[in-house]
Amino acid sequence: MLELSGNLEAIMERSSGPMIIPWDRSAKDGANNVADETEPTYSEQTRWMLAVRDARDKEAFARLFDFYAPRLKAMAMRTGMRPDQAEDIVQEVLLTAWRKASQFDPARAQVSSWIYQIARNRQVDVVRKENRPVPEELAAPEDEEDDAGQVMALEQEATRLKSALASLSEDQRVIVEKAYFGELSHTEIREQTGLPLGTIKSRIRLGLERLRHELKELR
Amino acid sequence: MAEIHHHLTEPQIAAYASGALPYPFAMVVAAHVSMCAECRARLGAHEVLGGAVMEVLPAETVSDDLKDSILAQLDDTPPDEPAPRRNGIYPGPVAEALHGEAPKWRALGRGTKQAILHQGPNGSVRLLYIPAGQAVPDHGHNGLELTLVLQGSFADADGTFGVGDVEVADDAVEHTPVAGEGMPCICLAATDAPLKFSGFVPRMLQPIFRI
Repeated sequence: MLELSGNLEAIMERSSGPMIIPWDRSAKDGANNVADETEPTYSEQTRWMLAVRDARDKEAFARLFDFYAPRLKAMAMRTGMRPDQAEDIVQEVLLTAWRKASQFDPARAQVSSWIYQIARNRQVDVVRKENRPVPEELAAPEDEEDDAGQVMALEQEATRLKSALASLSEDQRVIVEKAYFGELSHTEIREQTGLPLGTIKSRIRLGLERLRHELKELR
Repeated sequence: MAEIHHHLTEPQIAAYASGALPYPFAMVVAAHVSMCAECRARLGAHEVLGGAVMEVLPAETVSDDLKDSILAQLDDTPPDEPAPRRNGIYPGPVAEALHGEAPKWRALGRGTKQAILHQGPNGSVRLLYIPAGQAVPDHGHNGLELTLVLQGSFADADGTFGVGDVEVADDAVEHTPVAGEGMPCICLAATDAPLKFSGFVPRMLQPIFRI
């Protein structure tokens, strides 16, 4: 059985502005059962990740595993990995997330994008046997309170982007999926220019624009 | 931080986010993002989209023992390697490729020097040192060249490039960049094909200089 730590107080202390309701241990089905809809709250993933970051909460980490492990495995298999190799990646990515949790800043990155980025770095290293160059990290927000308004804004944009994704036709969805989960073999840059922005719905482009502005305002 | 006028293109940032860029270009992108808040935000946006696509991906069932195996390792995971840090004019990813040491410059003549960081079938990435006010030899390209200024500046037909600026040049561009006055220009340059220098270094010597 996992050790349960008293993480609620830690989270409550950190929160300011909108009331941040800690993740609910009784909600086993993954439903977001928050009583008051007018009260802005973080997504479950964010609350789990904050509990990991601030209280080293293993049960919250187990929830992150339940949510992300099957998706990370699917992502790794899209790049041509065998199921066992894909599970190695899952393990390394989630352990990295545990170790690097102190660097998680929900105002700058939503949990899924943070995990995606860790997974991509690891996959490039493994598939291409190279040490992927990564940008310098910005200083971790030590002892600072999370900017709840900014966190909410980022989550809202991510949610909009997800519904825009859901509204794509099958063809368009495949294009976007290939752009972000493509093969990682060496490709000529001009053959592989990433997301063909011209071919997908303007809603996604707008979403990227808005996100860019959200993230830019942080500086 | 100097104001940056020449940024990466959207497809380059998307390609970096998705892991598709070959190592030499990934190095330039990571270095520029380390210096440019604008492109860091744009990269962040693409990573949000990548994360969103991952979230809606049909899940793959994982082995029964995977979860317990990972949870059992939480207490004794080794400390994480520190993220690359800036060293002088060299942004984190470049400092990392230099292993914390000074570049091993090789003379190219007339005070111009280079230090190759990586060379392979996927292209090459190097540091270039050009004395103040001096022209870089006229060269066209077989492929794409990304050049990021780390110190000083240079100017060519496409404009003036200062610290943090990236120039994107392809086959069509036959350019003669000239380093700005005041201090030597140091750039990080990535190509996916050998440079074609015309004049400055005779073509037969190019294999020796590895340019």
